[in-house]
Amino acid sequence: MLMTGLERMKKFRQARWNEPVIYELSEPGQRAVLVPGPCCDCVSTDEAIATLPKGMVREGAANLPELAQLQLVRHYNHLSQENIGIDGNIDIGQGTCTMKYNPKVNDRIANSPKLTDMHPLQPAETAQGILEIYYKLGELFKGITGLDAFSMQAGSGSHGVLALASTVRAYWRDKGEEDKRDEVITTFFSHPVDCAVPIFKGYKVTVIQPDKDGYPDIEAFKAALSDRTAAIFFTNPEDTGIFNVRIKEFTRLAHEKGVVCCYDQANANGLLGITRTAEANFDMSFFNLHKTFSAPHGCGGPGSGLVAAKKFLRPYLPKPLVEYSPEKGYYLDFDMPKSCGKIKSFWGTAGAVVRAYAWIMMLGADGLREVSRVAILNNNYCMKKILAIKGASISYPHHKSRIEQARYSWQKLKEDTGFGTLDVQRCISDFGTHYWSSHEPWIIPEPFTIEPSESYSKTDIDDFVAALAEISRMCYEEPEKVKAAPVDSTVHYTSHDYFDDPKKYAITWRAYNKKYNGYFEPKKK
Amino acid sequence: MYPYIPDSEPAVQAEMLKFIGAESIEELISDIPEEVRMKKPMELPEPYNDEASLYGHVSGILNKDRTANELRCFLGAGCYNRYVPAVVDEVINRSEFLTAYAGEPYEDHGRFQAMFEYESMMAELLDFDVCNVPNYDGAHAMNTSLRMACRVTGRKEVLIPRNVNPDVLTAVLTYLQPDVKVTFVDYNAKTGRICLDNLRSKMSDQVAAVLVMNPNFFGIVEEKVQEISELAHSHGAMMVAYVEPATLGVLTPPSRYGADIACGDLQPLGIHMNFGGGVAGFIATSDTPRIIEEFPSRLFGIAPTKDREWGFGDVLWGRTSFANRDHAKEFVGTHSALWGLAAGAYLASMGPQGMKELGEAIVQRQVCLKNNIAGLKNVKIDKFSGATFEEFVADFSATGKSVKEINKKLLDKGILGGYDLGEAFPELAGCMLLCATERTTAEDIKALAAALGEILA
Repeated sequence: MLMTGLERMKKFRQARWNEPVIYELSEPGQRAVLVPGPCCDCVSTDEAIATLPKGMVREGAANLPELAQLQLVRHYNHLSQENIGIDGNIDIGQGTCTMKYNPKVNDRIANSPKLTDMHPLQPAETAQGILEIYYKLGELFKGITGLDAFSMQAGSGSHGVLALASTVRAYWRDKGEEDKRDEVITTFFSHPVDCAVPIFKGYKVTVIQPDKDGYPDIEAFKAALSDRTAAIFFTNPEDTGIFNVRIKEFTRLAHEKGVVCCYDQANANGLLGITRTAEANFDMSFFNLHKTFSAPHGCGGPGSGLVAAKKFLRPYLPKPLVEYSPEKGYYLDFDMPKSCGKIKSFWGTAGAVVRAYAWIMMLGADGLREVSRVAILNNNYCMKKILAIKGASISYPHHKSRIEQARYSWQKLKEDTGFGTLDVQRCISDFGTHYWSSHEPWIIPEPFTIEPSESYSKTDIDDFVAALAEISRMCYEEPEKVKAAPVDSTVHYTSHDYFDDPKKYAITWRAYNKKYNGYFEPKKK
Repeated sequence: MYPYIPDSEPAVQAEMLKFIGAESIEELISDIPEEVRMKKPMELPEPYNDEASLYGHVSGILNKDRTANELRCFLGAGCYNRYVPAVVDEVINRSEFLTAYAGEPYEDHGRFQAMFEYESMMAELLDFDVCNVPNYDGAHAMNTSLRMACRVTGRKEVLIPRNVNPDVLTAVLTYLQPDVKVTFVDYNAKTGRICLDNLRSKMSDQVAAVLVMNPNFFGIVEEKVQEISELAHSHGAMMVAYVEPATLGVLTPPSRYGADIACGDLQPLGIHMNFGGGVAGFIATSDTPRIIEEFPSRLFGIAPTKDREWGFGDVLWGRTSFANRDHAKEFVGTHSALWGLAAGAYLASMGPQGMKELGEAIVQRQVCLKNNIAGLKNVKIDKFSGATFEEFVADFSATGKSVKEINKKLLDKGILGGYDLGEAFPELAGCMLLCATERTTAEDIKALAAALGEILA
């Protein structure tokens, strides 16, 4: 090769079209798409509009931009080039998100009119294909989780937590203990929504802090547990990549108090075929089909949070569930009088369900196990390389190995150079990739979380780590360059003063034009 | 060898293990205790391994579906068979967008700008100054709008009319449990609109919000909305309007009749139905700090960069559950961003004239459909007198046949009949909600009328 990976990354220049806001491209009278006229002459448009109440007919058209079709396509094409998805970079810098390859064949299947043109309220007999895939994905998850009943209604991981919390509430209502059981316990290195969602559902939440080994403090857990505890919400492995080795002890203690045990399996990419919800003795869990199971993230959804439950919780799951009988074929079962209700319109993100089904059927049991084995191998390889970088360290270093991700720290870098994780983040966009700090609050100082899933090659990891090492070198040796970053990304340093002050922020172009002239010149009141 | 797993190659694995200093991958997970290990492999079917076979298998299953466009579709009820322009599919299938997630405003400038533009265009359609990054769906948006009103007013009761979408309502009731009290308001049995007398009797100084769905679930335009918002405001409550956004090229936007918060589902704005997976929610308000700080959603704002470019970022990050898990406003996570990009591209494709013409095309077809049904023996289209937009209630109760029976026979003739109202509204047994979209053709309407004529003969 002409250049090393690092040399190529250093010469990266992101597309910089200086793309105007779409309203600046608007020219009166232009149209990108035309709309059908009247369907026949039995009634004219004017006569039809005259049937509407006068006061309810809009005066003046909405102020939308006017572009011809090529100009519209070009605008979005430019914006897409000013964005980097998995297909464009070594996307391992966004730990906890399991950025993996989204196979093209799955997109082809999901974009078929046989899925996209399906109305959700069609009679089941016309929807046997998609219903069969929902049902069969549940069957596959029997093997993956060891549990019995499956709901695919939730639109993401947080929504999966909402499905679990709503199911827990319905369960305790049925048992007559809804008012008494008003507490939930979670852990610090679980995802923030494992705390925020139960609060939203009216629970008091106790967050168990990590002990000196990074595990949830079991003594604190025992102290928090009581006959008022409705449920526990545990992520495992936690966002540190450390597997909670006492997990079965936690569920044993919780079950002694009759507590429902909920397993956040958003971080399951290193566990497939190795350990399951059933083995850890949890009663329910959820999985992100847009993470571990390869459905695309779509800039932030729609995703799918598949919920798995033991048989005794099936009656309380969101309704409907997909069932099969030889007489009826595949159908939606609404006959769930104890259900928590619904948490989403219709039946969930069918596109993610189909993609996850296709992904599992491509790999099988051996393939899924290889996914996790390689995710673990990649992570530990990456970890050893990152720990050789000046200024980088890892949380809880006495844990020799990690599962599928690891939480690191730039504390030393910060002490030595004054630059921390947000500075590294600014710099790395000049290398044609990106990186996320970590969920707040940062009890590990200057954190970053790296998750090199099975999609990335050894060479990819070498290149990404080389970029991190180069940024560290710049922090020590070329601070001016760090301060100036990003220089080769689409835009330059963006002022944060405009995001927190009501006088300054503008959440739409219309609000901008009410507050400013030209380029951020405040309008005089 | 696995095409999706480059490091499944044994020689590479050996090299990596050597670098790590481990004998095996097993050694790297030795801390996972034996007691939680699987004792045997997962029980899964044999995989297909190669792409051609996999494609054949999965598309073979999906081919059992008969789609809304292979049939003649008169189903609406919260999901609409909209034509999706090719440019919209082009935008959302660009892999730079499709495969991206949560990158930073520098290297993911494109999605921040596209989402800011979406917010801007939605705000114009709704005639408000602020719109959020999309919610999961209309139900999530309705819940959050009502809860925002509760937080702004410091009250805990909301008034919901009985003529709202029952599927959305079921989800909203789950969301609002346990701490928000829901009081139902009747609809007027003659007009199908909210009963103002009943609303007045439920109104009090405890009420945080009055909800209006417009058009309501029966397809009827709620026209007394100015009175409703004035009534709400006179009690210190807010008015939340749940609107179908594709109607707003023709219908008056909610801000102009006094709504404080507008919300709804984006699906009708150029998103494929996807068996119900094409849903996404929106919430729009005025630029009032006291209201904006109650959004749980992400709000993308515009900001200067040091090189005079358009920069973007998160407004009031501290509100969100990302920043503050135990004192957050509700919660935020992965919602439905891609559908926001789709709706943005759709609104830009349609422009002001297109949105107006879309509304006109829908209303014209709805009136034509109604005229064609009106002549059928024992079928009543005047169950409710309120003016309708894209859907209307047809009453078959005098025909001696149930809606279920009629729909079954329609399906035999390749027609997807209307939504059966009887289950969610027992008082409307025998009634069907029929829907027209801009894709409905004169032939579709004639075929439906002819088929009904035969079935009811």
